This record gives sequence, structure tokens and C-alpha cells, in this order.
Amino acid sequence: MIFSYYPGCTLKNKAAELDRTARLAAERLGFTLEELPEWQCCGGVFSSARDEIASKLAAVRALAAARDAGHDLVTLCSACHNVLKQANDAMAHDADFAMKANNYMQLETPYHGETRVLHYLEVLRDVVGWDRVAAAVTHPLAGQKVAAYYGCLLLRPGAVMAMDNPENPVIMEDFLRALGADPVIYPYRNECCGGYITLEDPDLAAKKSRQVADSAAGFGAQQMVTACPLCLYNIHKNAADGPEICYFTELLAQALGVGGKGARDDQ
Amino acid sequence: MTNSQELKETLARISGVDVRKCMRCGKCSGTCPAYDEMEYHPHEFVYMVEKGEIEKLMASPSLYKCLSCFACVERCPRGVEPAKVVEAVRLLVIRQQGCNHMTPDQIPALLDEDLPQQAIVSAMRKYSK
Ligand code: SF4
Ligand code: SF4
Repeated sequence: MIFSYYPGCTLKNKAAELDRTARLAAERLGFTLEELPEWQCCGGVFSSARDEIASKLAAVRALAAARDAGHDLVTLCSACHNVLKQANDAMAHDADFAMKANNYMQLETPYHGETRVLHYLEVLRDVVGWDRVAAAVTHPLAGQKVAAYYGCLLLRPGAVMAMDNPENPVIMEDFLRALGADPVIYPYRNECCGGYITLEDPDLAAKKSRQVADSAAGFGAQQMVTACPLCLYNIHKNAADGPEICYFTELLAQALGVGGKGARDDQ
Repeated sequence: MTNSQELKETLARISGVDVRKCMRCGKCSGTCPAYDEMEYHPHEFVYMVEKGEIEKLMASPSLYKCLSCFACVERCPRGVEPAKVVEAVRLLVIRQQGCNHMTPDQIPALLDEDLPQQAIVSAMRKYSK
């Protein structure tokens, strides 16, 4: 099965491990991520301003390219996923924005939100299925207490992201169970790590990240997983003495025996 | 039309938010992770926009403390979407000539070896035009 794939700028750089392990695991599980040609950076955050047009066009171009390729569009980075989903929703439901964007881009066929955007986790859940993921595991993470860290961008706004219940999500815990791990449920799993404030007010980012890591540790986590490079950075930088944090795909690749967690530190 | 009335209309157009829906329960501020760092909190943004006190908000450093985590949007029982108000007020400021809150030449000093590109592009989107 083939999906169009939008890696985003960070996965070509600091989060190369998220990209590498996801591709390896996908091949093992029988689906292919076909990178979109000539994608551009999504901008990292989707402006909620209704009159911002130009800053949203890179996302719309990627969505239209996937439509033209005839595939669903898969993302990994939480931020890219958030931007693409919100841009897609705006193209489908905000007639004024869609008209302006289409006028600007002059595509052969105007775009109106036709592409289905799936996060990699949704592909595992809805296309592959947890049973088949579990059946492909050769190195189960038996007995490991792992805390899924959702953060903000995967879940909110819930009505648009529509991946899971934004206040009581289960998708990452189900994922961890499929790998044989023991998921840790803790109160801060869908609270903010501080995000980009790490540049403007590093102390605030430190405080927020610590709260999340301490909460996970307090409930017995030995390891945390995330889909977001900025969550990983903030937690790693500000709570280095807490549970280790890695990308969810690193544990996946490890459990499937295709070269997983640990490679990042050797780069 | 007064300047304050004009600002209010511009703000409504940018944000798409109807501040009159707010019932002042304070839940947005109660859930806001940047609460301690803010001079004006999410519910006050909503209330002050309704009262037309937008210029006070435009002068406040609180504008740059919002993390865009959308917790207030998700948890507001009235669907007011306070984060969109904060975003719109911030845009009223940084869209003015020379009012960027962060500029590209500040970035090199803020870099470290692990900082993901995502942080830089997001901060640029939030703090500058
Ligand atoms: S989006 Fe901003 S104002 Fe709303 S809860 Fe998050 S940090 Fe606070
Ligand atoms: S949560 Fe909603 S209704 Fe309550 S104070 Fe905030 S904006 Fe108003």
C-alpha cells in the first residue's frame, strides 16, 4: 500500500531518526511512504487568523499534490500534522479562504480539501491494525513502563484533528500495548511542554517540560515517547534526569527488529 | 466611529471570535499553562476585547506568553476560542511596521546543537511578520 508522505523540515534535520525509523517500520509492516516531490516547510504553526492566506499556502500545495498523486497523505511530525489538517479543514469549510488560496495558486484543478490526511499512528491503527502490528513484533518491549506524551498538536483542536478523544486519548497507549509495553497513564500527557516559547522564555519552557516529565516519572514511567520533535527537545533539555524520551517510531522499529532506539545518540 | 470600535471590528474579523458568548467562568485561564507569566489572562483578553480595551492588551507582554497550546479552545464550555483572540491581538501589533517581537538576527544567539528547525519556524511565525 502506498501513501504520499510529508516529512517536513525537522525530519530532514534534527529529527532524522523519526523519519528513518518510520520508513523502516513501514516497509516491515507492508506499506510505503512516498515522499512528495518539492514540498515546502509548513511553517510549524497554523495561524488561527482568518485573514492569513500566504502563510498557509505551502500546506495547501502539499495537500493538492497528494490529491493529484491519488494517495492519502501521511505525516509524522505533530506540528506538520496539525498544520496540514487545519489547512485542509479550512480549504473544505471556509469558502472565503478556499477562494483566495485557489485564486492565488492557480492550480489546474482547484483544491477543496479532498485529500485524507493521516498521522502515521492512524495508519497503524486504521489501516494496518493493532493485531497485525502486534503479530509483526519480534522483540517485544515486555514489562517496560512507557509513558505516551501527546502534547497539544496531535489532539487539538479536537474537532479538526479528530484522531482521538482530546481529553482522554488512547491511540498511543494502544500502540504501546501492541509492542508489548506497559503504558503509563499520567495527568500531564496532553499538556503543553512550552513549545516554541523555548526561544522567547526558556524558563517557562523549562517549567512546563519539568511538570510533564515529573508527572510521567511520578506514575512510574521509565521511558517516554512522542511524535513531536519540539516536545522531545524541551523534555530532553529540561528534564534530562527524568525518564528518557524518544520518538514512538524508534520503539516501533526496535520491537520489529529493524534497527530502532539508540541510533540517534550515535549520529 | 471611535478608534476602539474600529479595533474591535478588525479584531472580530481577524479572529472570527464572538466575545459576547463568554460567560466568564474562567475555565480558559484555569487551564492555561502560561497563566503565571501573564499580566492579562485568557478570560481577561476576552472580557477586555468586549469592553473595547484592546490597546491595553496590545501593550502587554502577555501577548508573547501564549503557547498556542489550544487548551483554552478545547476546554471553553461556550466555544469562545480565547487563543484566537490572543493571536489576533498579537497580529494587530506585529503587523505594524517595525513591531516584530523577534527578528531573524536574534536567532543565531539562541541556537543550540539540538534545537529542532520546527522551533525556529514556529517562533518566527508567532513573533514576526
Ligand atoms: S492557547 Fe495560549 S491562552 Fe490558550 S491555554 Fe494555551 S497558552 Fe493559554
Ligand atoms: S472558558 Fe470560555 S466562557 Fe469561560 S471565561 Fe474562558 S472564554 Fe469565557
